[in-house]
Amino acid sequence: MDFSLTEQQQILSSSAREFLESECPVSAVREAEESADGLVPGLWQKMADLGWLGMSIPEAFGGAGGSLTDQAVLFEEIGRALVTGPLLSSSVLAAQIVLNAGNDTQKERLLPVLARGEFVLTLARGERLETMSEDDGLVLGGESAFVPYAGLASHIICATQPAIGAWPDTTLVVVDGQSEGIFKTRMESIVNYPQYLVEFDDIPLPPEALLGEIAEGRKVLDAAVQRATVVQCAETLGRAQKVLEMVLEYANNRVQFGRPIGAFQAVQHRCADLKVAVDSCRMLTYQAAWKLDQGLPAGDEVSMAKAQSGTLSRMATEAGHSIFAGISFTVEHDMQLYSARAKIAEANLGDTEYHLDQISIENESPVQ
Amino acid sequence: MDFNLTTEQTGFREDLREFLRAEVPLEKQEIFGQLTEEQYQFGREINRKLAEKNWLAIGWPEEHGGGGKGPIEQGILNEDMGYWRVPKSGSIGLGIVGPAIMVFGTQDQKDRYLPSIARGEVEYCQGFSEPNVGSDLASLELRAERDGDEYVLNGSKMFTSYAFHADYMYLLARTDPQAQKHRGISLFIADLKTPGISLSPLPYINGEMAAETIFENVRLPVSCLIGEENRGWYHAMTTLDYERSALWRYANVRRVFDDFSAFCQGSAPDGGQPLAEHPLVRHKLAQRRLGMETWKLLCWKVAWMQSSGAVPNAEASVAFLYGTEERLRFAEMAMEVLGPYATLKNGSPMAPLLGNIEGIHREAMHLHGAGTTEIHRNIIAQRGLGMPR
Repeated sequence: MDFSLTEQQQILSSSAREFLESECPVSAVREAEESADGLVPGLWQKMADLGWLGMSIPEAFGGAGGSLTDQAVLFEEIGRALVTGPLLSSSVLAAQIVLNAGNDTQKERLLPVLARGEFVLTLARGERLETMSEDDGLVLGGESAFVPYAGLASHIICATQPAIGAWPDTTLVVVDGQSEGIFKTRMESIVNYPQYLVEFDDIPLPPEALLGEIAEGRKVLDAAVQRATVVQCAETLGRAQKVLEMVLEYANNRVQFGRPIGAFQAVQHRCADLKVAVDSCRMLTYQAAWKLDQGLPAGDEVSMAKAQSGTLSRMATEAGHSIFAGISFTVEHDMQLYSARAKIAEANLGDTEYHLDQISIENESPVQ
Repeated sequence: MDFNLTTEQTGFREDLREFLRAEVPLEKQEIFGQLTEEQYQFGREINRKLAEKNWLAIGWPEEHGGGGKGPIEQGILNEDMGYWRVPKSGSIGLGIVGPAIMVFGTQDQKDRYLPSIARGEVEYCQGFSEPNVGSDLASLELRAERDGDEYVLNGSKMFTSYAFHADYMYLLARTDPQAQKHRGISLFIADLKTPGISLSPLPYINGEMAAETIFENVRLPVSCLIGEENRGWYHAMTTLDYERSALWRYANVRRVFDDFSAFCQGSAPDGGQPLAEHPLVRHKLAQRRLGMETWKLLCWKVAWMQSSGAVPNAEASVAFLYGTEERLRFAEMAMEVLGPYATLKNGSPMAPLLGNIEGIHREAMHLHGAGTTEIHRNIIAQRGLGMPR
């Protein structure tokens, strides 16, 4: 039993924090959110150079060959610094799908460029996205909403449903993001990165577009989503930890009634509760990462981590806005950046209620 | 990160479980709120058998009669004993008094007190709270006045669990009333047979018989003083941090949760469809499973910190606070799901799970032991997060 990070992971964590504090200050995040591509200029390439984009890709395909635990350590810092960019969709979801479903040619074509930051991939997985078999091969049609960074994407991985009765389950295909017949409409929401409704107008697919076998994409998709869920929990954790630190700094310095408001138990107890929620989410998140790294089934553990991270998101938001109070209701204050992202993360990849439904309630008792 | 036990530790757990399966059959296992004298004595007997295998004080050094292993092994023992609902005994000696003597005691005290604790032969109680002193413990009033080679004790202790079974009390008394309140307190071990000590019964709502312990001109030899005079507060607070993982308490509750969860998957008490098939009930069970797993991890984090040489402090409060509240959440949930059936007591033929549910609901009112939930929040905020006092 050992709940500490390895020395290398500690170095990753502290060097990532240092790097992001200088390269991705909040001012840059705010500018990125106003820009068309949603990126901090130059940061994507620098993150690629540090090996972050290919962290979960094996060295043979140009990646760093890191574990999911390593990736979680990194994403705590990504969350903390509010880094923008298609990290989750490109470097986790798409990378994992190509890695586990693609053949060697596809991996060699897509993974090294993804790790080097030259290509950005994204994932579309709407219920109304379909592939059908025509005489000349597969045809992709339908639409998918909430596709992050589709505007930037060199490739879009589509998790498609079969056209009625054609075959039983999900088929994974990868298409050129700039293909003719793809229409992207930006969806305006509280989401502070560009996301799109993407429509595919019956695009004929070349044979090399198919990732894995027809109708056999479900397992690969689920595994990628599972890993991305853990990574996103780590991101939430990093953000909540930062909110806790921001709130403490404020509470210990803001004087009302002749003393710092942090001396009031009403404020202390809110902070204590947030600390308990942070610690809980940390244990659950790393337990899930560790299990997946061991190659063990971790459905329950991942769902428990995600359910708890949803609770944590809400607690961090409430504690932040309540303790910062008036000033956090202004746009110029950073708290609102954290609370908007907390809400997005809560809804993304299955919310708390969804994941509670995934948790098994059967127990094996050692007593008998 | 490694969430696994070592092969040796897993081996110990398997051996222990084999022992528990053989020695602690279902009918001997404690039911919440129903502790009988016979059951308490059964718990003592199990402790003695564990001691024969050198498992009872498995985390203690061998020189003091322990098993020479660490906090992880002690955690395994506590977790499984709790899960098997072995009636608890000896825990104050093993978890608090023993470690305090190892650190602050004289050689003579080590020889006198430690071996009998490790063999499961003695019971200790703790004398901290008083009628006028609870959360503000450092204001305690029980007076110990030096008189030659003796201390003379006057005053009383409150909420003394195990008092009627205990041989000794581990207590804090005021030795210097002039000093600042934390600096005038000393730590003692009192033989409860000493003349002048009397017990006044104080039945608890969980069925336990505690006491108010009254001291009238009780004369203790100076050899009963543990550590330095007037440093008792600091000695006691340091050693409280040793027994903090509270895995026993977690596993006690976890067992009833697991049983309840299984119960909900069988047909309902009124013969209807299994409760767990109702989406709302299923959802509640999932929420509590999440809560239980979180509680377990927080406890093990404390045990792990101890095993790596760290002294958990705010971390122990995180685990303890979480546990106290999770136990109540579960009890309330189970009462809610079972409706009026949940209120049936042990002995009532229709009582689900032998009345464990109403029993754990009474137990869950224990929101104060080892500090109220508010005190634990204060500790987390002030010592853990560095907020101003």
